[in-house]
Amino acid sequence: MTQTLFDKVWQRHVVHQEPDCPAILFIDLHLIHEVTSPQAFTGLSTRGLKVRRPDRTVATMDHSTPTSKLAVVDAQAQKQLDTLVTNCKAHGVRLYELGNERQGIVHVIGPELGLTQPGMTIVCGDSHTATHGAFGSLAFGIGTSEVEHVLATQCLLQKKAKSLEVRFEGRAGKGVTAKDLILALCAKIGVGGATGHVIEYRGDAVRALSMEGRMTVCNMSIEAGARAGMVAPDDTTFAYLADKEFAPKGRAFDEAVTSWRALATDDGALFDRSVSVDVSALEPMITFGTNPGMGMPITAPVPDPEALVGSERAALEKALAYMALKPGKPLLGQKVDVVFIGSCTNSRLSDLRQAASVMADRKVAQGVRTLVVPGSAAVKKAAEAEGLDRIFRDAGAEWRDAGCSMCIGMNGDQVGPGQYAVSTSNRNFEGRQGPGSRTFLASPLTAAAAAVTGVVTDVRTLMGS
Amino acid sequence: MAGFKQVTSPAVLLTVNDIDTDQIIPARFLTTTTKVGLGQKLFNDWRVDPGFVLNQPAARNAKILVAGHNFGCGSSREHAPWALLDFGFRAVVATSFADIFTNNALKNGLLPVTLPPEPHARLVEQARSGEPITIDLERLMVILPRRDELLFVVDAFARRCLLDGVDELGYILSFHDRIAAYEARQ
Repeated sequence: MTQTLFDKVWQRHVVHQEPDCPAILFIDLHLIHEVTSPQAFTGLSTRGLKVRRPDRTVATMDHSTPTSKLAVVDAQAQKQLDTLVTNCKAHGVRLYELGNERQGIVHVIGPELGLTQPGMTIVCGDSHTATHGAFGSLAFGIGTSEVEHVLATQCLLQKKAKSLEVRFEGRAGKGVTAKDLILALCAKIGVGGATGHVIEYRGDAVRALSMEGRMTVCNMSIEAGARAGMVAPDDTTFAYLADKEFAPKGRAFDEAVTSWRALATDDGALFDRSVSVDVSALEPMITFGTNPGMGMPITAPVPDPEALVGSERAALEKALAYMALKPGKPLLGQKVDVVFIGSCTNSRLSDLRQAASVMADRKVAQGVRTLVVPGSAAVKKAAEAEGLDRIFRDAGAEWRDAGCSMCIGMNGDQVGPGQYAVSTSNRNFEGRQGPGSRTFLASPLTAAAAAVTGVVTDVRTLMGS
Repeated sequence: MAGFKQVTSPAVLLTVNDIDTDQIIPARFLTTTTKVGLGQKLFNDWRVDPGFVLNQPAARNAKILVAGHNFGCGSSREHAPWALLDFGFRAVVATSFADIFTNNALKNGLLPVTLPPEPHARLVEQARSGEPITIDLERLMVILPRRDELLFVVDAFARRCLLDGVDELGYILSFHDRIAAYEARQ
C-alpha cells in the first residue's frame, strides 16, 4: 500500500494501540526549555518518577534569557532558569545553559547540532517545534502535561492527524523568500486552515529551498493551525547533516542516508486534502492584522471590512482598530518604530546574510530601533566570522546574543505600546511583542528594507537587478 | 486531574474568532514555575477595558465561556487552560478549537465543546439572558435555558478519562513492557 512521508514516520513509532484509544507513540528526541518544563518536573517528583531517557532529552535556555549583557529581566524569570538547571542536574539531562557555545533557540540548535534527523519523532513544549519537520521528521508542539508524559515514558498518547499536501510550484521572483511562501499560505488558508492536519510541503519551489528556508516554512505550519509540517529529505538535507556534531558519521551516515531516502511519499499516495500555491506569482508578503493569516502582497492595499460579512468582518474591524490602519490604503510608506530580525523563524545564518545584504553601506533610519538577534551562539559566531555583525553595527543596529528575544517579549526586549514593528518572527497577535505592540510580519529582506528607510518598503526597490 | 461530568452555569459570551493563547495569558506571565494564580492574569490585556466581559460581576461565578471559531490558536502554553480553570471556568464552547489547546484543556479537566455554527448561534442567543445552561459530558449534550438540547462530540478516550478519572500518564505507564520491547528493537 502506498504511504505518505507522515504515514511512514508515524507507523514506525507506534508502540501499541488499544481499540478506540489513541496510539502510544515513541518519541526519539525531546527538547525542553525553561518556560514549559518546570511544572512537568514537579509532576514527576510528585509521582516519584525519573526521566526515562535522559539520553533522548536535551535542554536549552532561550525564552526569557537576556540578549545583552544585562541581567535576567526579574527574579521570577531567574528562578525559572535556576529551576531548569536544578531539574536537569537531578535527572541527568544535557543542558546548554546561558554562556554555553551550543546555547540558542531550541529550534535553531536542534538542527545545527544534528540532533534533528530525518524520520524521527521530535516534541517540545513549544508550538514552533514543527520547524524540525524540514528534515522529514514528525515534529510537533506539546503542552506541559505531555512534557511530563514524555519525560516519564518517552511516549505520548496521540490520535493520528489528517494529511494536507501543500504544493509550492514555480520559481520565486526577486525578493521572494521562504518566509513569503509560508505567509502566502497562511493568508490563503487562514490561521485555522490546517487545524487537525499534518502538512507535507511538496513541489519544485520546496525542493529549491535550502534547509534553512525549509525550516522557515515548516516553523510557521502552526500559524495555519497545522499539527506539524514536513519536507521529504533529499540531497539538500543529507549535505546539511553530513558534518553536524550529532549526525551519524562514516559508514553509519551512508546507511542512514539509504533509509532516509526511503521516507519520501510513495507515488500515488493519497492526502486527505491538497492546496497549491503558485510561487512565481508571489510578491514579498507582509501582514497587516493581528494574526498570521492576515497577510498580503507588500504592494497591496489594506483590505476593507466592508467587503466582508458577519464574524469575518468583525474580526477585520477589530484587527484594523488595534493596528490603527485605514482600509484601502497601502502599507507601503507606513512609518515604522522598531525592526526585529530574529526568532526561530528567521535567525539563522542565511537570514542574517539576507538582512545584511540590504543593510550593507546603508544606515538605519533615524528614530528606528533595530535589533538583530542571532538564533544561537553558533550562528552568532559564524556571522561574526564573516563580518555580518560589523555590517549591522555600522548601519546602527543592535547586535545581540542568542535567544527568543522580541518575538515573545519575555526577556525585556519589547516593542512599546502603540509602536509599529516590522518583525521576522512568527506571530502578530495583539500584544505579542509587548503590551500594545503592533507587528507587521515579514522576511529578513523586507525587515532590513524597513530598517534603512524607516517605513514599510518593497525591498525590490533597494535590490540590484 | 479534575474529572468532568456535568456543569450548569450562566455563560460568559466572548464570541470573537481566533482568540489566541497570547490573549488568554500574555507571555510575560509565563515565568511562573507553578500552575496556581494564573486566573488573575486571564485575558490580562483585554481586562484593561472596564467594559470587557470578564470585568462584569456576572463573570465572577460563571463556569462556561463561549467563544467564536478557532479558540486557543497560537502557542502550546498549558498556562492557557490553567488560567481559565483558575478563574473558574470548567468548559469553553466554540465552533472550533486549535489542536494543542484541545489536548491541553482535556488533560486538565477543562472541557472544550465544539458546536456547529447554527446550534452555536442558538446557544449565544439564549445564553444572553444570563440564565444557566448545562453541559453534560455523559450524554454529550448542551441543554439551553429553553430546554433545547444540542449534541456535541468529544474524543471517546478523552471522555472516558474525564468521566472515569483515568490518569493518562498512568495509562501509558501500564504499557511499560511494550515500551521496553520497542526500545529493545531500536
